[in-house]
Amino acid sequence: MSAFGVTFRRELALLWAGGGALAPIGYFLGATLLVPLAMGPERTLLQAAGPPLVWIAAALSVMGMLERLFQADLEDGSLDQMLLSAPPLELIVFAKGAALWVAIGLPLALTGAPIAIALQAPVERVPSIVASLALGTAGFVGVGLIGAALTASVKRGGVLLALIVLPLFAPPIIFGASVASGEDVAAAFAILGGCALGGLALGPIAAAAALRLQAE
Amino acid sequence: MFAFLANPARFMVFSAWAAPVLFVGALVLFATGIPWALFYSPPDYQMGDTVRIMYVHVPAAWWSMGAYAFMAGASFIGLVWRHVLADVAARAAAPVGAVFAGICLVTGSLWGAPTWGTWWEWDGRMTSMLVLFITYLGYLALWNAIEDEERAARLAAILCLVGAINLPIVKFSVDWWSTLHQPASLMRSGGSAINDEMLGPLLTLGGAYLLLFGALTLMNMRAAIFRRRVESAELRKAQS
Repeated sequence: MSAFGVTFRRELALLWAGGGALAPIGYFLGATLLVPLAMGPERTLLQAAGPPLVWIAAALSVMGMLERLFQADLEDGSLDQMLLSAPPLELIVFAKGAALWVAIGLPLALTGAPIAIALQAPVERVPSIVASLALGTAGFVGVGLIGAALTASVKRGGVLLALIVLPLFAPPIIFGASVASGEDVAAAFAILGGCALGGLALGPIAAAAALRLQAE
Repeated sequence: MFAFLANPARFMVFSAWAAPVLFVGALVLFATGIPWALFYSPPDYQMGDTVRIMYVHVPAAWWSMGAYAFMAGASFIGLVWRHVLADVAARAAAPVGAVFAGICLVTGSLWGAPTWGTWWEWDGRMTSMLVLFITYLGYLALWNAIEDEERAARLAAILCLVGAINLPIVKFSVDWWSTLHQPASLMRSGGSAINDEMLGPLLTLGGAYLLLFGALTLMNMRAAIFRRRVESAELRKAQS
């Protein structure tokens, strides 16, 4: 089997064994549950503020999964094995990112549908919100790989990871929220796709460079 | 010149006089530029005296971006040619650039309140500038979080290059999105749109900020090199 396939399946199995998308989805639901409780259930207010808050909660859910992404590999020596193996580290990192998106990003995007409806988003807009979340979480994973790799050897690097990654999350958030509120949807989708492709193309290269520096 | 200065010993000889010369040059330019900007340049016909905030705000904005571009170049050299001085230079420029970015944001906010009627607006220029400021903080935090200096330098260099994507966004944000912030008035096709009487003090202070940036960066580099020498001397003493 190809290196991509092996890593992809290993990552999926590991993510699945660790509870899969259960924890991030629970976090996503919990965080967005607090929105109407804090703002009051008034319909017009929720319609305006709800969809952007779905995006913030989704970004934070993805970020929560990043801290341990490479740390475990660094600690148990898997990273050394990956470096010693023939396929390039970039490919392995890309496979890890792809597995993270399939295991976490896609379920989060699907969970976005009931959450958006509960936050009073117009029902006809829900499919485009789910599609934009799917693209946006791919962008989050792409740049998230870089942040996770840079902080892999930092003990309790969670806050530092957030500081590095959150500003890079800005473009998907901006254009994702514009899909959610129904402005310039076609242009926003084009840019979201660009963020996802750019992140998944460049993220593994930068992340692999950072990981090579940290392997003993 | 870079190849010549790449030798740390030669760099120390060069910077021993270059840093004070740049610093004195910066003081001279500030001493002429500040009175010129604050007292002897005309008030704006619309903004009145608040236009004088420009002389603090615009050079800070220029050189916070210039400092980042310098760091990105040094990071690239450090990553590709593994040069120690390039790592030291990138690290030394970061706090100066961060402070310039902070000055730019604060003075911009103070300027916005009387002229735009708002302290802050989430438009493209301000948001991307804030992202640049946060990137500076992340760069410094990453550097401080990793003990091994060489590794910290390489990892921070990768982050610096990734963050450089933001520089063209800051620069062109006023052209790409319709914003409250005015578009470029100096470096534009058709020449500068600034009155000559205002351009003089602006360019003087722009030069002052640049010289100050050079002087502070060289001093930071010298401090870092001295710190390394002390550390290795102590290490040698402990071993003997």
